[in-house]
Amino acid sequence: MSNALKTLTNGILKENPTFVLVLGMCPTLATTTSAINGMSMGLATLFVLVCSNVVISLLKNLIPDKVRIPAFIVVIATFVTLVQLLMQAYLPGIYDVLGLFIPLIVVNCIVLGRAEAFAAKNSVGLSALDGIGMGLGFTLALTVLGAVRELLGTGACFGLPIFPDNYGALVFVLAPGAFIALAYLMVIINKIQNK
Amino acid sequence: MAKLESTFKNMVLSLVIISMVAAGALAGVYLLTLDSIEAQKVAKQEAAKLAVLNGHDDGVAIETEVDGFGGKFRVMVGFDQEGNVLGYEILDHQETPGLGSHMVHWFKNADKPGQHIIGRKAGSFAVSKDGGDVDAITAATITSRAFLKAINQAHAEFKGTEATTGASQIIKQETEEPK
Repeated sequence: MSNALKTLTNGILKENPTFVLVLGMCPTLATTTSAINGMSMGLATLFVLVCSNVVISLLKNLIPDKVRIPAFIVVIATFVTLVQLLMQAYLPGIYDVLGLFIPLIVVNCIVLGRAEAFAAKNSVGLSALDGIGMGLGFTLALTVLGAVRELLGTGACFGLPIFPDNYGALVFVLAPGAFIALAYLMVIINKIQNK
Repeated sequence: MAKLESTFKNMVLSLVIISMVAAGALAGVYLLTLDSIEAQKVAKQEAAKLAVLNGHDDGVAIETEVDGFGGKFRVMVGFDQEGNVLGYEILDHQETPGLGSHMVHWFKNADKPGQHIIGRKAGSFAVSKDGGDVDAITAATITSRAFLKAINQAHAEFKGTEATTGASQIIKQETEEPK
């Protein structure tokens, strides 16, 4: 079963969607203002990825090639809307923060990318594992990025104050800080990978 | 099973079926979550109302909406019978984190009389830059102006409905067209 293990771990480091594939930059940059926001966005994407990978893998022989992209998009959009409704109903706190960005999961390149590159060619089990791996990689990346930005921007981490209140470079919570923090994290990851 | 050929019939059929199943699933979940989502909205509004009335049961809570720096934001303001501000809550906003977002507590800070508006007579609040007597949020004048406009707007609405009040109530105000 080393194949399954390889599929699972592939997305976490070797082909990390954020740091290596550099896909799905919009939610990555927009929602990582704090560690908890990044993690919530990552988990929502993980859920959509696993569901859409499984369903698309199940349907892969029933979808004619020429209409596969619209069919994939309908499946993905359905799951995204389900997440949005469920979150709104049962996790209103998180929905208040992420509500605006949840619909953007539809156009997240990772979800369609995995559907096209993996789920449409592999078995249901492997596709689910791929979704979990990629989703975890994305969640991990967003959590780390969120934690770095939160720490530098407000002096807290996961809402727990680490430095005094007035410490913090505001720019890291704003959009430019997202680019700066992401770039430095990519440098570090690449450095480690190339060793 | 072999992959379906891309004939016209197959393409139409598979897309129609997928779309119909998706629509059915969405309709089901929508109905399932509808009550919960409505309840959340009501609970949020009730909590805001309790907070802005600050324990006064003869006050009036008024909800209003203005254009801020990062888009529209909604404020709920509580007034006593004389038109003094009892409290306010920002219901939702997209102001700049760390700058404009300070409005959530800035105008409630009792330690800073220059920026504290609770207990003061509403109607003509303005930031000091515009000749008023309320200190604007540091580096967020536009947000501060919009916020005070919201309070004044709510007060105007309060004046208009004064005759009908008696018990606490929530009045929703229609958005003003931006000038």
